[in-house]
Amino acid sequence: MSDQNDPMAEIRASFFIECEELLEALQDGLQELDDGSEDPETINVVFRAVHSIKGGAGAFGLEALVRFAHRYETVMDEVRNGNMHPDSEAMKLFFLAADHVSDLVRACRDEAPLPEETSKELLARLDELLGEQGIEEEEEASADDFQPLGVAFSLDLPDMDAGPETGRYTIRFKPEQELFATGNEPQMLLKNLCALGEAQVNCVTTDLPDLDGLAPETTYIEWLIDLETEAAEPEIRDIFEFVDGLCMLEVTGGPDGPTPKGEGTPDDTPPVETAAPDPVTPDATPAPEPEAAAKPDKVVEMKRGPAENSKDGGDAEPRKAAAPAPKSVVRVDLERIERLVNLVGELVINQAMLSQSLDEAGLSPHSDAMNGLEEFQRLTRDIQDSVMMIRAQPVKSLFQRMSRIVRESSAAVEKEVRLLTEGEATEVDKTVIERLSDPLTHMIRNSVDHGLETPDERAAAGKPKAGTVTLTAAHRSGRVIIEIADDGAGINREKVFQVAVKKGLVAPDAQLSDTEIDNLLFLPGFSTASQVSSLSGRGVGMDVVKTSIQSLGGRISITSEKGKGTTFSISLPLTLAVLDGMVVNVAGETLVLPLNVVVETLSLGADDVQMLRPGSYVVRVRGGFVPLYDLGVMLGYRSQRKTDAGAIVLLISLEDGNRAALVIDGIQDQRQVVIKGLDDSFYRAPGIAAATILGDGQIALILDPADIIAGVGNPRGGDFMLSERKIANE
Amino acid sequence: MSLTILAVDDSRTMRDMIRMALMPAGFTVHLADDGIHGIEVLEGIDPDAIITDINMPRMDGFGFIDAVRDQADHRATPILVLTTESSPELKMRAREAGATGWIVKPFDPAKLVKALQMVAG
Repeated sequence: MSDQNDPMAEIRASFFIECEELLEALQDGLQELDDGSEDPETINVVFRAVHSIKGGAGAFGLEALVRFAHRYETVMDEVRNGNMHPDSEAMKLFFLAADHVSDLVRACRDEAPLPEETSKELLARLDELLGEQGIEEEEEASADDFQPLGVAFSLDLPDMDAGPETGRYTIRFKPEQELFATGNEPQMLLKNLCALGEAQVNCVTTDLPDLDGLAPETTYIEWLIDLETEAAEPEIRDIFEFVDGLCMLEVTGGPDGPTPKGEGTPDDTPPVETAAPDPVTPDATPAPEPEAAAKPDKVVEMKRGPAENSKDGGDAEPRKAAAPAPKSVVRVDLERIERLVNLVGELVINQAMLSQSLDEAGLSPHSDAMNGLEEFQRLTRDIQDSVMMIRAQPVKSLFQRMSRIVRESSAAVEKEVRLLTEGEATEVDKTVIERLSDPLTHMIRNSVDHGLETPDERAAAGKPKAGTVTLTAAHRSGRVIIEIADDGAGINREKVFQVAVKKGLVAPDAQLSDTEIDNLLFLPGFSTASQVSSLSGRGVGMDVVKTSIQSLGGRISITSEKGKGTTFSISLPLTLAVLDGMVVNVAGETLVLPLNVVVETLSLGADDVQMLRPGSYVVRVRGGFVPLYDLGVMLGYRSQRKTDAGAIVLLISLEDGNRAALVIDGIQDQRQVVIKGLDDSFYRAPGIAAATILGDGQIALILDPADIIAGVGNPRGGDFMLSERKIANE
Repeated sequence: MSLTILAVDDSRTMRDMIRMALMPAGFTVHLADDGIHGIEVLEGIDPDAIITDINMPRMDGFGFIDAVRDQADHRATPILVLTTESSPELKMRAREAGATGWIVKPFDPAKLVKALQMVAG
């Protein structure tokens, strides 16, 4: 990413990270404005975000970004100053401009070609918004602002190009009262002046009253300086740039002109000879103290009064300790964290190994070794939690990207769409967030394109013309639930069915439940769009979405109500690395179940099990009935046993409310396991989420209980696996 | 010569750049995120000069300069305004608030050092 040894490259890299944060703040601010916030601070935040991006971009010479950000900033400044009230059209433009700034930032970061056409178009639209007057000011300001001048004034020492012609100047300088209020110091000015060449500084003290008449903080004296220098007049004047208007300044003479003798120099003022200090380090030479030498002490006193400089003598003082730093943040390459996570994974496995061998050694649970092991386990867990926290990030950035997708896709299909977000602060593993971006993008486009009706259709249905897409994130029983809901027409199940029949995906006479029909959307090659629109038809279908969610260890489901809308629900593990698992035995195999789904363990009595129909059993648990599944049978390890009496059962409960009882042969342990993903080279077996390495080096499969239940055909939904199988048979 | 500088800017990038410009010149650099933070940091140090941004959250550059000038110890501490805006009005406002001078962003490190030496050297 960046050359570690090049501080500039590092700052550049950190600038782009800062840009991401600023862009986030910009989006937030715009959203608040759009929601009708009247808070001036909101506009300020927006302004500052653009402003800071511009400032940084200027430092790195990213001209296209500077130019665009500057115009944008100018418009925001108008808003900030109350000269412009953003209507909804203007807000749309602001959002587009924000998107564009973000594009420019990325293009600059990746050194990719810049989207110049869009820049031009948006600049023109911003200009239009500014009106003529704005543009005029703008041109002027930008000409002034963006020469890479560095400093507005030139502090350059005598320029060789200007010719080493020596000139004699007479400078008359009388500070005014205000000069001191700004922290300027005549002594510094004179010193800088002396640095230009050979100078003779005369202090004019004629106006100086007696001690009694002295008013503190009043200026009485002026200086006359004879300067012999190779510098040109502008250079001399530049020294006084900061005090321009705060003093009387006359510069006469020059390289050719006769050297006017300081007529104003009263004879009684003793001239002070000063040698020009070393021009490079003007401070190295004892600074000429013109006032001190030239004036009575009281003058010095008086001068110093208002301009009392805290630095006096300060150079010799030991430096004080650094100020308390603001909450310090370390930016770390993701790769390094990745490595740490892997190492922690190894540690967890290692700890399992150790624990297993101590177990086998038959040590007393009260032995030192066992106590130490317990402590070791606790520490491992703490380390693991901390490492996971490093990678956790709020989903906010992801949601903001989606708001852009909504803007773009709604514009493409000419629908008016509002995006509402909830639970932006929900934290998820960074890897999960990154890998969610594509599926979410696709689903959002889908909602806008297929889910929502056209404005006319909405009006006809008695709905507001603008459709709403709601994006929600929440933590629920150790998983992250992300929902994409639209308030559209809902899934047109008849049409879905027809399309599926037409594509040969289901038999025309198949009897499918609503849920089964909805799940047809996830079949490869399915698309309800009768025409490939610019939005869909990117070669990605919901099947791809489903696959990518599954590869994250997640699940996706649909609920839809006619006329009310459709909700896609994604359930994801919090992290992709470590899982609290229950290690169980089934038909001689070792399997791992996520601990968070296990509610309790039961031992079955003969009376507890009831047969609904052949092959379908329920178990009585606390007065209710829960479907009973034999894991060994479901996974194909063994055939159905004659009786389940005496078997051990795990009662599991899923975040969607489904419950089930799983028959197993024995419980081995309860421990953290490191999730090792089964990559694409394996066939994705229903019900199997991943694998892990146990303490003895054995590999065990990690089960996905929800997927297992769905695969069997739970009466309460999630029948996709069933329908898939049905379809395959047909 | 070593100077102690307090630089106040809400942009991390800008703070990094200032630090990078001034440290090699042997300056001691203290940083703050905004005006309020700047005042807090100022309590523990005695800088030879202060650099401040204008557009900042919580307390902007003008407010910060005002607050610094209100402190008897810092009535004459040189304060340079670091800004992307170079309009005469802005300079006027900065000066009225009590700024010693101004530097327009983007700045050249050598020139920033020189400017500081000019006002505080």
